[in-house]
Amino acid sequence: MKRFSREQLAARVARDIPEGAYVNLGIGLPTTVANHLPHDREIFLHSENGLLGMGPAPASGFEDPDLINAGKQPVTLLTGGAYFHHADSFAMMRGGHLDICVLGAFQVSVDGDLANWHTGAKDAIPAVGGAMDLAIGAKRVFVMMDHQTKSGASKIVERCSYPLTGVRCVNRIYTDLAVIDVTPEGLRVVEIVDGLAFDELQRLTGVPLTLAGADSAAGAGRRTVTLSER
Amino acid sequence: MIDKTVPSLSAAVADVHDGATVMIGGFGTAGMPSELIDALIAQGARDLTIVNNNAGNGEVGLAALLKARRVRKIICSFPRQTDSYVFDALFHAGEIELELVPQGNLAERIRAAGAGIGAFFTPTAYGTPLAEGKETRLIDGRGYVLEYPIAADFALIKADKGDRWGNLVYRKTARNFGPIMASAAKCAIAQVREIVALGALDPEVIVTPGIFVQRVVAVDVATQRAQPQAAA
Repeated sequence: MKRFSREQLAARVARDIPEGAYVNLGIGLPTTVANHLPHDREIFLHSENGLLGMGPAPASGFEDPDLINAGKQPVTLLTGGAYFHHADSFAMMRGGHLDICVLGAFQVSVDGDLANWHTGAKDAIPAVGGAMDLAIGAKRVFVMMDHQTKSGASKIVERCSYPLTGVRCVNRIYTDLAVIDVTPEGLRVVEIVDGLAFDELQRLTGVPLTLAGADSAAGAGRRTVTLSER
Repeated sequence: MIDKTVPSLSAAVADVHDGATVMIGGFGTAGMPSELIDALIAQGARDLTIVNNNAGNGEVGLAALLKARRVRKIICSFPRQTDSYVFDALFHAGEIELELVPQGNLAERIRAAGAGIGAFFTPTAYGTPLAEGKETRLIDGRGYVLEYPIAADFALIKADKGDRWGNLVYRKTARNFGPIMASAAKCAIAQVREIVALGALDPEVIVTPGIFVQRVVAVDVATQRAQPQAAA
């Protein structure tokens, strides 16, 4: 069985982001989706610290400490981009103005509950940032994560054991093994990596899955999401 | 003649009292008013409640204030960072109180204080541990959590330019919490790179109108450049 690499996963998520979308990419793995956005689409990247129309990292030596992203890394502003204060920035997020946000996760439940901010460990210092605002605010919430933990447990679960970030908020899960939609009827597999049978995916996942049509990575890969889809 | 400019950083923070609630602008080090914080450390006020998005980076600015043991409680959204070791040590030793607030709730609670809003319902954190013990309500079938404003005695913020009426403009993403913190504090103190003549700021682009600002103090650019930049 081949798994999606991190790069392939980022490219796969990028393919589902349409022209004209207002998008927030979470810190960490989701940030790498930006490197794969097609150049022929105008897509507006939002960063919660207060910019819209975020561009790539500057060339070495051109960093500006006043121009950073939510991960506090130096970035650039595209022509036509804008700066704004925090209440406006979070109004964009909480007010339902973002079309898509992409977040990492520890766990996602069959109902679309998300756990991604805290392991619950007693000695851990909790930090939440804007994760809860993105989870409930964006029109569509994409999660990208490994399908399993390092010990082989499924990260898609019946009920999250980690503290929740948001309730019933995830729309689509991208893992190194599959692309799965969270629907009112349950988890629906829309794509599986080459060489992995549905039954085997089901066994590795541990919660009930259904197969959408007769999909394979080759066939379903061409499917794209439109903004009107919810 | 109204002149909100003050001659020095120390004069700007002279009356910050022990036990005060102080908002400090900035997201990481972008927009952090490090020179005002240094002046506050020198001034000596203690037992402070600090409102900031983070809990300090390295040992400069807010981290230096924490290290000087002047802070009783911090209200923030993201204390844990790669270089937040000053806060981390105080937290593990039980020497600082933490109120963890989702970032959007932090921003909106500050905005609410500045706008005279008594409380608001928000979907953020509904059903999560950060809503435990809080009043909730179903509105049109969706769960919401009741949140209250955060007001402050003082706000220390960093802007790019200001004038003697307190009008401010900012620079890039250093704007972040500045405008809302200015509105939520009884006394908003802005450090600016440059004080300009009244009328020099285009009224169409003034971000924080002077009504929200009580004091403006210029910071020597050479001093700012000498500040070490903390890692991301």
